[in-house]
Amino acid sequence: MAVAKTLAEKVWDAHVVRKGDGEGANAQPDLLFIDLHLVHEVTSPQAFEGLRLAGRKLRRPDLTIATEDHNTPTLDIDKPIADLTSRTQIQTLRNNCAEFGVRLHSLGDAEQGIVHVVGPQLGLTQPGMTVVCGDSHTSTHGAFGALAMGIGTSEVEHVMATQTLSLKPFKTMAINVEGALRPGVSAKDIILAVIAKIGTGGGQGYVLEYRGSAIRALSMEARMTICNMSIEAGARAGLVAPDQTTYDYMFGRPHAPQGAEWDAAVEYWNTLRTDDDATFDVEVDLDADTLEPFVTWGTNPGQGVSLSAKVPSPEDFGDENAKAAAERALQYMGLQAGTPMKEIRVDTVFLGSCTNSRMEDLRAAADIVRGRQKDPNIRMLVVPGSARVRLEAEAEGLDKVFKDFGAEWRFAGCSMCLGMNPDQLEVGERCASTSNRNFEGRQGKGGRTHLVSPVVAAATAVRGTLSSPSDLDPAPESAAIRTHAA
Amino acid sequence: MEKFTTHTGIGVPLRQSNVDTDQIIPAVYLKRITRTGFEDALFSAWRKDPSFILNQAPFNIGSVLVAGPDFGTGSSREHAVWALKDYGFKTVLSSRFADIFRGNSGKQGLLAAEVAQDDIELIWKELENAPGTEVTVDLVSKTVICGNIVAPFEIDDYTRWRLLEGLDDIGLTLQHEADITAYEATRPAFKPTTLPARLS
Repeated sequence: MAVAKTLAEKVWDAHVVRKGDGEGANAQPDLLFIDLHLVHEVTSPQAFEGLRLAGRKLRRPDLTIATEDHNTPTLDIDKPIADLTSRTQIQTLRNNCAEFGVRLHSLGDAEQGIVHVVGPQLGLTQPGMTVVCGDSHTSTHGAFGALAMGIGTSEVEHVMATQTLSLKPFKTMAINVEGALRPGVSAKDIILAVIAKIGTGGGQGYVLEYRGSAIRALSMEARMTICNMSIEAGARAGLVAPDQTTYDYMFGRPHAPQGAEWDAAVEYWNTLRTDDDATFDVEVDLDADTLEPFVTWGTNPGQGVSLSAKVPSPEDFGDENAKAAAERALQYMGLQAGTPMKEIRVDTVFLGSCTNSRMEDLRAAADIVRGRQKDPNIRMLVVPGSARVRLEAEAEGLDKVFKDFGAEWRFAGCSMCLGMNPDQLEVGERCASTSNRNFEGRQGKGGRTHLVSPVVAAATAVRGTLSSPSDLDPAPESAAIRTHAA
Repeated sequence: MEKFTTHTGIGVPLRQSNVDTDQIIPAVYLKRITRTGFEDALFSAWRKDPSFILNQAPFNIGSVLVAGPDFGTGSSREHAVWALKDYGFKTVLSSRFADIFRGNSGKQGLLAAEVAQDDIELIWKELENAPGTEVTVDLVSKTVICGNIVAPFEIDDYTRWRLLEGLDDIGLTLQHEADITAYEATRPAFKPTTLPARLS
């Protein structure tokens, strides 16, 4: 009988080009084939340059795709990029893609957008694949049952030259989420709670598999939100077994298999699940029934609490390092221990990033703000994950809902998730953000980030303080008139 | 890649956990398209604070960074490794490294040595009591020596071997090109290609 395997082990085994040498001081690890290499402007220029210097070719342009996202402005996209170094980096990507024959979706193109939104949207991300990108949030693609991980620029060059990676074996961790989420609680809250539970280093050396009834009940976009933040728990990759939800999402997408190939693919994809008698190295359980909206108070994604809780005190932490980290975080965040999270007033709300910028995220937030007015002291940026998402949202009238609410409707890109383009926080500015990292200065030097779900972001924009949808007064009469077709 | 066997240099105690790659090098410096010249970017936000460890002699000329757990978390930016190297660091000691940072270090000849937190604490005390104390990191024997402290460290065998030999990864893989070609021939037809482009 075949050895029982986890999903991650199955995908790994199906990609071994050359089995490793086993034990020994110079034993090479397994060499794995890479099915899809996603490229963006920030982590690729030095890799392309490396190929040129060594006189090497890009082995598989037909398994490579590039998009512009990190540096791109979300306003005035028809004008040249004002920042000269950003413009140079974008131009370098364009030159490199032209020279090496890589398909590129540039600013202004209907398929441009955040690399982790574009791949799934085009149907290029499929179950059982290996997907890499010089970007740690490549774990997003694990939502399809793909083994997807972020890599550094040296590895980007390695994949370009060989279409393979030498990878150290990983351990497996099951994240079992059973039960049903309550209204106002979403995938973002699940993953923030997971990170708070296992810590930012808890997943190091592991591939996570999200399982259980609460995960099965999630849409593909929600699963992407969860897998996206696997890296915030220290895991390079996280995945969900494909099922009918996955197939329904994929069917008919531009690069999804068609006709007989679709049937062959589904037959294979149906084998992509952890065998019943397979064992994980570690299992972690989370109860979906009792989960509340979650929010971070500190400067790493593990420093989170329920929205109904209070800012913790450093004394709450037993470990000396955690205590010191909490002290430092409270000082940076300008928070007092014991303050109810819901009394924290924010300046800016950011709805966007590879974590939460897809149609479902925009719809969920629009449903909260429809017919309401934003708090007058708040600025809210709504940034679709891709140009395609922006077009679809406009077709549903979501742009109008957000604009009527008082939010800014922007063009697609990474935007305020990281301080690399014009969308940045000022020193001391506090932001409720649907992105993935609350590190010091991540959204701009001196900026203060609270990670939240799209509906918490929307409710916060209404009240001006960190809020859940259940804190809102009933919407005015007009809100009942739905303006979109969904 | 340059060979790494042993290194001795001034140790820098960085008493902090979760030093993420946004702290090591903020995103604004990632717009550059070069692989060198990032020394000004290293810990750039923290270096504006005069009390930051790297603003104090003799730590400013240190080459062995001794950090708290979960070093290098977050973004995959290899620029973090380039910045540490460009500043003059040859090795980083921590009880736990983020996976991607550890991988990037190995590719670039920066030794990420995993040292037990108890030993890190002892080394911190030694470096704080006697600033300028040199730390020796010996990759052959996988040992850290600081004053009277002798501590073992962990590193995976393959990375250690590549560092000791100074080997280029791509060159090693290309020795197996026939295996890659053979694998490519077996890929199922339903797997997608990016070219020719199909659009919505």
